[in-house]
Amino acid sequence: MSLEIIDATKRFGDFTAVDRLNLEVAEGEMHGFLGANGAGKTTTFRMILGLLDPTEGKVGWKGGPINYSNSPEIGYLPEERGLYPKMKVEEQLVYLAQLRGMNAQDAKHEATRWLERFEVPHYAAKKVEELSKGNQQKIQLVASLLHKPSLLVLDEPFSGLDPVNVEMLKAAILDFQKEGATIIFSSHRMDHVEELCDKMSILDKGKVVLDGSIKEVKRSFGKKNVRIRMDQDIESLSSVPGVEHFKKVPGGALFQVADEAVAERLLAEAMKFGMLRHFSIEEPSLEEIFIAKVGKAYA
Amino acid sequence: MREFWIIFKQAFMTKAKTKSFIITTAIAVAVFFLLANLPNIIGMFDDGEEDVLHIVDESGELAPLLQDQLAQMDSSTQAMPTDMTEAELQEGIMEGTISAYIVLTQGDSLGARYVSESASEFDNSSELQNAVQNMQTARMAEELGLTSAQLGALFAPVEFERESVSENAKSEEELSQARGLVYILIMLIYIAVIYYPNMIAMEVATEKSSRVMEILISSVSPVKHMFAKIAGIGMLGILQMMIFGLAGFTALKTSGSDLSEGFFSVFGFGDVRISTFLFAVLFFLLGYFLYAVLAALLASLVSRTEDVNQLMLPMMMLIIIGSLIAFSGISMPDATYVTVSSYIPFFAPLVMFLRVGMLDLPLWEPLLSIAIMLATIGGLGWFGARVYRGGVLMYGSAQSLKDIRKALKLGNTK
Repeated sequence: MSLEIIDATKRFGDFTAVDRLNLEVAEGEMHGFLGANGAGKTTTFRMILGLLDPTEGKVGWKGGPINYSNSPEIGYLPEERGLYPKMKVEEQLVYLAQLRGMNAQDAKHEATRWLERFEVPHYAAKKVEELSKGNQQKIQLVASLLHKPSLLVLDEPFSGLDPVNVEMLKAAILDFQKEGATIIFSSHRMDHVEELCDKMSILDKGKVVLDGSIKEVKRSFGKKNVRIRMDQDIESLSSVPGVEHFKKVPGGALFQVADEAVAERLLAEAMKFGMLRHFSIEEPSLEEIFIAKVGKAYA
Repeated sequence: MREFWIIFKQAFMTKAKTKSFIITTAIAVAVFFLLANLPNIIGMFDDGEEDVLHIVDESGELAPLLQDQLAQMDSSTQAMPTDMTEAELQEGIMEGTISAYIVLTQGDSLGARYVSESASEFDNSSELQNAVQNMQTARMAEELGLTSAQLGALFAPVEFERESVSENAKSEEELSQARGLVYILIMLIYIAVIYYPNMIAMEVATEKSSRVMEILISSVSPVKHMFAKIAGIGMLGILQMMIFGLAGFTALKTSGSDLSEGFFSVFGFGDVRISTFLFAVLFFLLGYFLYAVLAALLASLVSRTEDVNQLMLPMMMLIIIGSLIAFSGISMPDATYVTVSSYIPFFAPLVMFLRVGMLDLPLWEPLLSIAIMLATIGGLGWFGARVYRGGVLMYGSAQSLKDIRKALKLGNTK
């Protein structure tokens, strides 16, 4: 295991921010964190980075503790964006990479490469405060991975970006993973987690309520969605035993069912109404799982 | 150590390159040159504007005597006998073509009447009075048949000296010489311990408010970050002070002014002990480090740069109290309250320097004070680093000194 969190608990006075968290992330894996505000994501990340020491339990990286001696191996993009507003982009990237153990020349070279990749090479000599939020975000990501860390911690990397830039950053992060980096990230967009991550954890009030690979999580959730399209009114089908939720959509309806057996029953019942244009069994979305587990919508 | 130098260089370079730093330094250097050349500059305006003093002398004997007398006194007043009547002269004064005239009359004793446009223009009247008095003295001496030796003995100045019996005290002569220089150096230390630690506080607060701090301290330990920053800005301070010192020295040397006379005698540059300068540098450095650590500690508690001043207030009060003691102590450096406060670390950089500069102290006194300061800097550094470690992670609305406890808790390893 490359990253290991064993029974980590962090208390601030009487308040328990993280409660006996266990997590293992294999080398080269991407792990997603979901959780409402105050669920303990940032505290967990800060413990991983060694900014906070766990009250109990421990965090380990490649068999040893995480401290400033392995700082060059770690990259971090904080939730609250942090760059020097008055410093020039390239100067800043080189400075931050130097602090992570890179030499100035390599850092300059890499900075140029990344700025080109993100189609912003002309910003190298601009001050950060002159850049748009989206472009600052690109610089922030570059700052976190310029020094080629083997563990990359990204706290909400895509917030505030337009769809085109989200795709650009996603591709960059996936490429970076292919080069062998272990990546931990949180996002408020479930689809991003679903698309990028191998495994995921849902945090609620400092506790892990669900974790595993995306497939496992969905399978273990059990419930399925059934989509039916037909011309007839099929609202009466909502009374079929095992249907937990019914929603009318244009040209048909969407059902949430307890398991696949209910779906079969639903198909048989629907066929009695007449011509069936479309029938499909769909995996539940992470959003539905999240709401079911945490009891409220993800903000 | 590698990261230390990177942060050190960064703290130094970014500040040294800013326009504000370059401009402030340039202005200060310009002011030095201006001050050093002040006598010359004033002289420039004086030249050519000498007004002529008209002498009304019916006897015709007195006018040359007055001219002689004024010449002997190195007076800048140009006096010329005139043929005009008083009425004409007065008209001239009203019209502004004549600035003043003097009427000399001869009776039992000499008499003189000085007339100018308004009473406020009597700027050289006392000089004239002296001149006329001297003329009278010379005339009477001649009448009495006194020799010039007798005259000399009559007017020989008395010897009047002041001495003090206190062991530490310098002689009055030494004191007045040291006073000006010590005053200037205390001023410099005072400005330095306010200016540079404030720079640190603003730096730390900017890094915190822009949230770049979280990236920094995840890369480098906060303690290393704090001390590297303090050292970097300290280097900047030394550089700036060196520029000032060099500029001041060059300005004085090139101005052609005689440093021990006239305008500069006030500052006592004539006879300066090198140890005064060495102590000034030492106390500048100690004062800087002491207050820089304190400033970094306090600034690590704020979330927004706007809140820095509020939290820095207690520290500023300490510096101001120290300066008040030091400045009031210039006239009585051996007062008890000055002696006592020179051992209090927060006042020592100013007050102990004052005592070292003004008194002949046994060496152990400044050394003890320096040792106390070093211990305080060490203690504050240790404590400050712990507060800093937690403080930089804290983002709250209310900022007060109470947050120090919160920061300590957050930064606590276990």
